[in-house]
Amino acid sequence: MSPLSRREFVTMGVAAGAGLVIGFYLPHGSSSAGSGAFSPNAYLKIDADGRITVVVARSEMGQGVRTSLPMILAEELEADWKQIAIEQAGASTLYGDQTTGGSASVRTTWDPMRKAGAAAREMLISAAALKWGVPRASCTAENSYVIHAASNRRLGYGELANQASALPVPTDPPLKQAKDYRIVGKSLPRLDTPFKVEGTAEFGIDFRLPGMKCAVLARCPVIGGRAASFDDKESRKISGVGYVGKIGDSAIAVVADSVWGALEGRRVLNVQWDEGPNKDLNSTAILDGLKKSATGKSATLYSTGDVSKASGRRMQASYQLPFMAHAAMEPGNCTADFRGSSCELWAPTQVPQDVRDSVAQATGLAPDQVKVNVTLMGGGFGRRLEHDYGVEAALVAKAANVPVKVIWTREDDMRNSTYRPASYHLLSATLDGAGWPVAFSHRIVSPSISAQKGQPGDGGVDPDLKDEAALIYSFPSASLEYVDTTTPVPLGWMRSVYALQVGFASESFIDELAAAAGKNPLDYRLHLLAKDEDIKYFDSAWHTARMRGALQLAAEKAGWGEPLAAGHYQGIACFGCFNSYMAEVVEISMENDQPRVHRVVAVIDCGQVVNPNILEQQIQGGVIFALTNALRGQITIDKGRVVQGNFDDYAPIRMNEAPVVEAYFVPSTEAPTGAGEPPVPPLAPALCNAIFAATKKRIRALPILA
Amino acid sequence: MSVHTAIQFAMADITLRINGSNRKVSVSPETPLLWVLRDTLQLTGTKFGCGAGLCGACTVHLDGAAVRSCSIPVAQTGGKNITTIEGLAANGLHALQQAWIAEQVPQCGYCQTGQIMAAAALLAKTPQPSDEQITQTMSGNLCRCGTYDRIRRAIHRAAGGAR
Repeated sequence: MSPLSRREFVTMGVAAGAGLVIGFYLPHGSSSAGSGAFSPNAYLKIDADGRITVVVARSEMGQGVRTSLPMILAEELEADWKQIAIEQAGASTLYGDQTTGGSASVRTTWDPMRKAGAAAREMLISAAALKWGVPRASCTAENSYVIHAASNRRLGYGELANQASALPVPTDPPLKQAKDYRIVGKSLPRLDTPFKVEGTAEFGIDFRLPGMKCAVLARCPVIGGRAASFDDKESRKISGVGYVGKIGDSAIAVVADSVWGALEGRRVLNVQWDEGPNKDLNSTAILDGLKKSATGKSATLYSTGDVSKASGRRMQASYQLPFMAHAAMEPGNCTADFRGSSCELWAPTQVPQDVRDSVAQATGLAPDQVKVNVTLMGGGFGRRLEHDYGVEAALVAKAANVPVKVIWTREDDMRNSTYRPASYHLLSATLDGAGWPVAFSHRIVSPSISAQKGQPGDGGVDPDLKDEAALIYSFPSASLEYVDTTTPVPLGWMRSVYALQVGFASESFIDELAAAAGKNPLDYRLHLLAKDEDIKYFDSAWHTARMRGALQLAAEKAGWGEPLAAGHYQGIACFGCFNSYMAEVVEISMENDQPRVHRVVAVIDCGQVVNPNILEQQIQGGVIFALTNALRGQITIDKGRVVQGNFDDYAPIRMNEAPVVEAYFVPSTEAPTGAGEPPVPPLAPALCNAIFAATKKRIRALPILA
Repeated sequence: MSVHTAIQFAMADITLRINGSNRKVSVSPETPLLWVLRDTLQLTGTKFGCGAGLCGACTVHLDGAAVRSCSIPVAQTGGKNITTIEGLAANGLHALQQAWIAEQVPQCGYCQTGQIMAAAALLAKTPQPSDEQITQTMSGNLCRCGTYDRIRRAIHRAAGGAR
């Protein structure tokens, strides 16, 4: 154990402004150890009264990080869970990358949070041993006490906090074995539940500053259009409207005493729009364009063997998916207080550091003059990975010279969002005499989200395709190719990102192959996973054994192959993304030519489960989210405008359409992997495969109810 | 340029009976109740989701009936008893709120106050609702986190019965 710099440690304590503090600077990942570039990624405060505060440096959008991350730390700390309180970190330089996305919060903080808790535990034990004058090894930690069993003495963490804070921070403390866990793996109630049912939980939209005004923006209805001119005479007649002005090139802000005043002011605002180059854009033409690009230049994502040399029965099919919207329940919003040489924001954001940097750039401030506080979020699903709300709020506050909360209406959100890219997929396979694929190839045609945002990946491969477009089966020859295209439609990362598209196409096609071979779709998949193998895909390896395990458990729990209720049919699919393995069985009946989903059995292998209660929520939520995508999730564009506007024409699943979702986990003590997004991709193909079982009709384009 | 013309409403003093207390507000009378609750009275437990009566996040009780506060002009609520999530239980937590905690319903939580208000109006009228009655009532309330299974369980729990 090498002690870290005392100076840094003390600085941390002073910065926190607390009397008795244990703070940690831990290397951000093992690779930076010894490089001198330390960045802390955990912070813990223990007060004299024993209260333990864990800073959560990820954003809470419903996925439970304000409970699961503290659990990881508390486990190693040997803390009494009842004493744990949390503090939400805003944008900081202390916690590494604070982006909340990519199903990464648990998997990327697992090691740092465990080490932070373990280091504190070791320091508290040392402090007690010194105080008692007994050998350190004779002391143990348990439930927020250090215990010296031989003399029957014990001291609470609060009583030891001061002494412990004077000790060096160990950088490589011993970590607990999974068999000794008493917090991790338990379905502890979420810490945020009571506030959310009382109505006292403060979301971004609920935040209020003294003297604050409310603003809405009129934005050009045509993608990429601009505001040529505006007349605010009528707007200013509305009671409470104080400021109307242009923000950037394409929006006019209306600022009023209340949200309703701002909305009324906007309603009567007269704007002359310059519709720009996209005024004839429509989504049918975009989808046709994707199809035409399918044979164009591609980047290789994966290749093994030689698909061109395979001989046998040739199969080919194409699939198509539309643009989709996140439609989180809490519409976009952000509050900003601009004070000339500083700006403070209260943002429901998945990227506080990006908001800080973007606001700095847009307002001419330095990043350290911008403070971003992270509020609770009414859903994120990737939409709040964008910085637009924060930048708008800062610009309006600056222009109107008053603290402002910018609110988006539902229609603003639906029509001015960033969308899951539409995509086209060309799949082909060659089957041997027994019907098994000897070659499999998949060409993914989709505009790149990252490239549109000015960050094309290495070799023209969107970095997200590396996390999400797994090939999970072992084929003698296989290729996965990516054809990048461009579109003026704003693109964003939406729950499971490309895995939804790739999983739908590939798992539907596998089902087609099984049908062509006259084989049971479960047996067909298990055959392709039969050999224990690691399929290397960029930086990850997909283990056929883990995929097989998830698939078998799903089949077993769903009663695959057993008699079903009359008129009921099952479909199955599996997929991997964010290092997790997922299998789902969907049970349906057909009513008036439409599928009615009765039951979904969903199995995940995501390594060590931190909180089964929260994981079940993520799986149930992911499945319902995916069902909306599959049945009705479609954004269309006509004359350059997004057609859908509210929950009538972009209609998420309601209780009357919601199936029972049974979640199961493959027991594992492997390090945790992603959980929020992996439940999404298998749902649509499993559902369409069930529809095929019921009707012999193959659905190759989403949404199903188009 | 399409031409819009403002219709000007005079501000009006309106006395609202909210959660058992009289609250006097001075607002333009066509303002939806939702914004009076949230902006004027700072009762922010009632949420804005769609502004069109489609999602139920803004559900409150008007003389005991569940209504969409985003679609009711405040002037129409004078003299009626308005109950928001903040006043649902006289003291402590309503049985539904307790059941919501026991069943760990919320994920993001944004829609949940509206869900609870819708469920409370149902239970007040139908103390032991069937699955079908729950589905019928609760399908007016959207949840993008997909908590429907748990909402159903929590309503059954609050109703005191196994399903």
